[in-house]
Amino acid sequence: MIKKLAGCIKEYKTATILTLLFIVGEAIVETLIPFITADLVNSIQSGIEMNEIFKTGGILVVMALLSLACGGLAAATCSKAAAGFAKNMRKDMFYRIQKFTFENIDRFSSSSLVTRMTTDVTNVQMAFMMLIRTALRCPLMLIFSIIMAYIMGGALASAFVIVVPVLVFGLLMVSRKAMPAFQRVFKKYDRLNESIEENVRGMRVVKGFSREEYEKEKFQKASSEICNEFTRAERIVALNNPLMQLCMNFNSVFILLIGSKMAILHLNNIGVGQISAMLTYGVQILMSLMMLSMVYVMITISAESMKRIYEVLAEEPSLKIADKPVTSVKDGSIDFDNVNFKYNKKAKRYALADIDLHIKSGMTVGIIGGTGSSKSSLVQLIPRLYDTTDGTVKVGGIDVKDYDIKSLRDAVAMVLQKNLLFSGTIADNLRWGNENATDEELKEACRLACADEFIETFPDKYDTKIEQGGTNVSGGQKQRLCIARALLKKPKILILDDSTSAVDTKTDAMIRAGFKSYIPETTKIIIAQRISSVQDADMIIIMNNGEISDIGTHAELLESSEIYREIYEQQTNGGDDNE
Amino acid sequence: MNKNQKRKANPKTLKRVGKMLFEFYPVLLPVTLVCILIASAAALIPDIFIKNVIEVISKWSDTSNWNEASKTIIPMMILLASIYAVSLIATIVHTQLTAIITQGALAKFRNKMFSGMQNLPIKYFDTHKHGDIMSHYTNDIDTLRQLISQAIPSVLRAGTIVICVFCYMLYLSIWMTLILTLGVVAMIFVSKKLGGGSSKFFIRQQKSLGVTEGYIQEMMNGQKVVKVFCREEESKKDFDKLNNALFNDSFKAHAYANALGPIIMNIGNVLYVIMAVAGGVFYLLNIRNVGLSMDPVFSIATAVTFLNMTRQFTGNVNQCTQQINSIVMAMAGAERLFELMDEIPEEDDGYVTLVNAKLGSDGNIVETKEHTGMWAWKHPHSDGSITYTQLKGDVRMVDVDFGYKENKKVLHNVTLYAEPGQKVAFVGATGAGKTTITNLINRFYDISDGKIRYDGININKIKKSDLRSSLGIVLQETNLFTGTVLDNIRYGRLDATDEECFEAAKFAGADDFITRLPDGYDTQLNNNGSNLSQGQRQLIAIARAAVADPPVMILDEATSSIDTRTEAIVQKGMDKLMEGRTVFVIAHRLSTVKNSDVIMVLEKGSIIERGTHQMLIDEKGMYYQLYTGAFELE
Repeated sequence: MIKKLAGCIKEYKTATILTLLFIVGEAIVETLIPFITADLVNSIQSGIEMNEIFKTGGILVVMALLSLACGGLAAATCSKAAAGFAKNMRKDMFYRIQKFTFENIDRFSSSSLVTRMTTDVTNVQMAFMMLIRTALRCPLMLIFSIIMAYIMGGALASAFVIVVPVLVFGLLMVSRKAMPAFQRVFKKYDRLNESIEENVRGMRVVKGFSREEYEKEKFQKASSEICNEFTRAERIVALNNPLMQLCMNFNSVFILLIGSKMAILHLNNIGVGQISAMLTYGVQILMSLMMLSMVYVMITISAESMKRIYEVLAEEPSLKIADKPVTSVKDGSIDFDNVNFKYNKKAKRYALADIDLHIKSGMTVGIIGGTGSSKSSLVQLIPRLYDTTDGTVKVGGIDVKDYDIKSLRDAVAMVLQKNLLFSGTIADNLRWGNENATDEELKEACRLACADEFIETFPDKYDTKIEQGGTNVSGGQKQRLCIARALLKKPKILILDDSTSAVDTKTDAMIRAGFKSYIPETTKIIIAQRISSVQDADMIIIMNNGEISDIGTHAELLESSEIYREIYEQQTNGGDDNE
Repeated sequence: MNKNQKRKANPKTLKRVGKMLFEFYPVLLPVTLVCILIASAAALIPDIFIKNVIEVISKWSDTSNWNEASKTIIPMMILLASIYAVSLIATIVHTQLTAIITQGALAKFRNKMFSGMQNLPIKYFDTHKHGDIMSHYTNDIDTLRQLISQAIPSVLRAGTIVICVFCYMLYLSIWMTLILTLGVVAMIFVSKKLGGGSSKFFIRQQKSLGVTEGYIQEMMNGQKVVKVFCREEESKKDFDKLNNALFNDSFKAHAYANALGPIIMNIGNVLYVIMAVAGGVFYLLNIRNVGLSMDPVFSIATAVTFLNMTRQFTGNVNQCTQQINSIVMAMAGAERLFELMDEIPEEDDGYVTLVNAKLGSDGNIVETKEHTGMWAWKHPHSDGSITYTQLKGDVRMVDVDFGYKENKKVLHNVTLYAEPGQKVAFVGATGAGKTTITNLINRFYDISDGKIRYDGININKIKKSDLRSSLGIVLQETNLFTGTVLDNIRYGRLDATDEECFEAAKFAGADDFITRLPDGYDTQLNNNGSNLSQGQRQLIAIARAAVADPPVMILDEATSSIDTRTEAIVQKGMDKLMEGRTVFVIAHRLSTVKNSDVIMVLEKGSIIERGTHQMLIDEKGMYYQLYTGAFELE
């Protein structure tokens, strides 16, 4: 996992390495500073001339500038490296997702993909920045400080030998105890927030049933449970501070006591300056340890995010592309030869079973059936959105697996059931079908889809902006735009998956009539709820529980299919369903 | 970083947060504050001791007489250790208490917000985005947590230290203090400048993150469309542009923020040198010292102590300025929390209540404790007498006007009668006012003019919770709650037994599929029952309404998102549910309303046609056109 993610650093390797170098420089200078200061203090004490003081002071200022330069440069390079790392992670994920097949897409919810590309990446970016800034710096500071402390203080430095293990042990214990507690409670906290969202969304139900008090009680129970667990976890972490303080206190008493004795007895060249410097080193050592424990916590937290990013990057697109792909589709004939299909290899039930179906080029085919009867699954096999589990699907007489994907999908236009427009103008959206379409072609397609009438009523006509998700056009208008978009591909096969459900019956009929006269060569497959949408098709397929229950024309099916008759009667008696 | 961080912090908000915290923890809070003060004041101790120790060292250093020196040093160290012990205890107490207070106070804030929210009128939920409401519980609570657990204690601590150190420095030497103060002012200036630059870029980063997120969201939702149209390359190109812009802003924002640390630290280092040189100059040139200690000699001990305090002082001043920033941010969050808490709750001055009833021996309605299936309105009058009216489900609206906004009416002169057991249907385009009428019956909104009578009683006199208990609703958008299927059905009537819930499910025609679920009635539903189909969810919602057994039902587009075949099954449940009740039905599919007793066709807030199906067909008006499919309802 780490290897795969580290691969995202790419061109920011230099920045990362530079950061490490600068940090090393900064750490070295920073540990030297107290050393020189000790000299300065001593020289003041021993009453050397002002020149000496200015000289040492000058060195110190130079060192401060050096440390500033290193620190500043490290700040820039580490920000660049981390931001670049984040950029590449997002890019790799996005590119990977573009390669996803429908099967891959189904495995991730779209909102989870958004979180992975935003929040999770930000988490990892921060952790990475912290890692390259402190992961090297802290151990270095630690080692340098201890070395310097020994050079300067000798026996005095033994204070650290006692304190450091105590602190390391303490910090480790705290993080190891607190981390799992926090992870548990964070999950619960997320659930609490989900339940608030649920409550807000269902407020009409809550109020409709007068369940306000019940909801309050339920919430309070969950909330106080979380409060207790949170408190427990935070109290463990709160031990860090006194622990740190204890160590520092011990340090200063030890250094002051032993240090003063050594200074008075003139042992090991210890002077006031050394004592003061030792105190500074003590603080530096302990702070580095504290920082290290923070890095540890941060990385543990971001591990979850890393895992989620890795999942996307490691997801293998499930379609295999043929070696010598066929790039042109001869005609719009479709053959299903003994096709079985299930969405998940582990699924027990087939979504489609024993499909044997032959459609001639130019035919109009209606498909009808209840929800869950796998109507959509059937047509999604045609542009190879999914691969069959057994059997083959052929378009224009050639197995879909032998085609170049782009050529196949250009020839098979599909209007999905859950269709979408994207933000941009109407013309932008339509040009998804054909980037080079002329205005005339756009208008032509819209006329066929009966979309021109309402587009013309908009003040900006084809330049009308569509908002994200297409919220500013009605359901029926959206469906007609999506049909026009698909028509612009000039496809050999056109599949409408319940794409006129929000269009009134009259317009629906007009669209179908248009298809008949303007694109007679194209094979048209229409999935619908309304019998009226399919009744004059050349062939109507009745789907039931993943199987073809009947095939025939309207008249034939009225005779032979009980399901068809049932739907027909229900719809004719109940009047047209008008959505 | 919060969207509204630009908002100026209001000192009143801080006061209010403080007051609330004090109310929650009248004992623990002061104890914590005192402990923080003790612990911070103790931070100054080492510097004083260092000075004294150095003086002792200087005194005995020449003679190397440790025995004499130890007589002063050892007691001094014991004193230091005991002060440390006190400070350590104070630290343990305040850190532990802070953890307790923070989480406890957050839970109390959350509960207050949630309880308050339950009592808000539907209008609030209709006029606020759900995401915004949620952000009160996530982002705003989080800033509050930062405030209580970090910002306030840090500022208190750092502030105390700064003041103590400053006083002690004045005590030692006014000249040196002056020099240091000038340096610190310069440092604050630089950090403000840099901080400003960094926050500018952080806002930019936030913006481009938002734009990128929006794009990702759109593409992720439309990924299947992208595939169908083979638009992968184009979307990659668009994405790269946004992603690169985000990289740029993010890089700059972090570079500024990261540079701040080294810059401040090294200004500190330079200050340290300046202080050292100044100390040396003072000491060597034997300049007369001016300090509150009145000690005219500038000793080496004073110089070294000053040097140590330089770090203390600069570090804590920085701490203060930074935390003050986060207090300002937290205030904006707290203010938004209070906005939610201060929303005016739904008024309920109804005094007519719903009670279980039975027929007394004389044929009068008497109130009873047990569930009889018969209900009555208990109506206390001003003269102290009480009358009981049987709950029948007779709803009348006379000349009702209504607008969601005062100057924009959406209903005009709506008059309708629904007698007990009648089925009344509303038909019309989106926005014609169908749902609005039902919103008025259960008083989600109050009418502007006209009157609504329920069993002859003005609905304004009926206690809202009782009014709503007598009305069952099934909405187009089914909202199920996390919990088992059984829990969800029981939501209709909390004291319903398991058997009663099973009955209701059978009644609605839901039993069949529920028993086929992996855990039957104990199947856990998550995320609004996403593991069920739309039709199944709707059946559970119907069972939920059935278990409540209300005399009046409102079915708002209850079946419109179900396909016609599934609808046939759901419809059976619905038909059964409607039997013997007053029902208001809103539907797009005319087949579902055909057999209503009255059909009202609404247009722009007025009833334009009314009558039975046959009457309206004969009339050849709007309904006829809709029925024959000549019009599209949007």
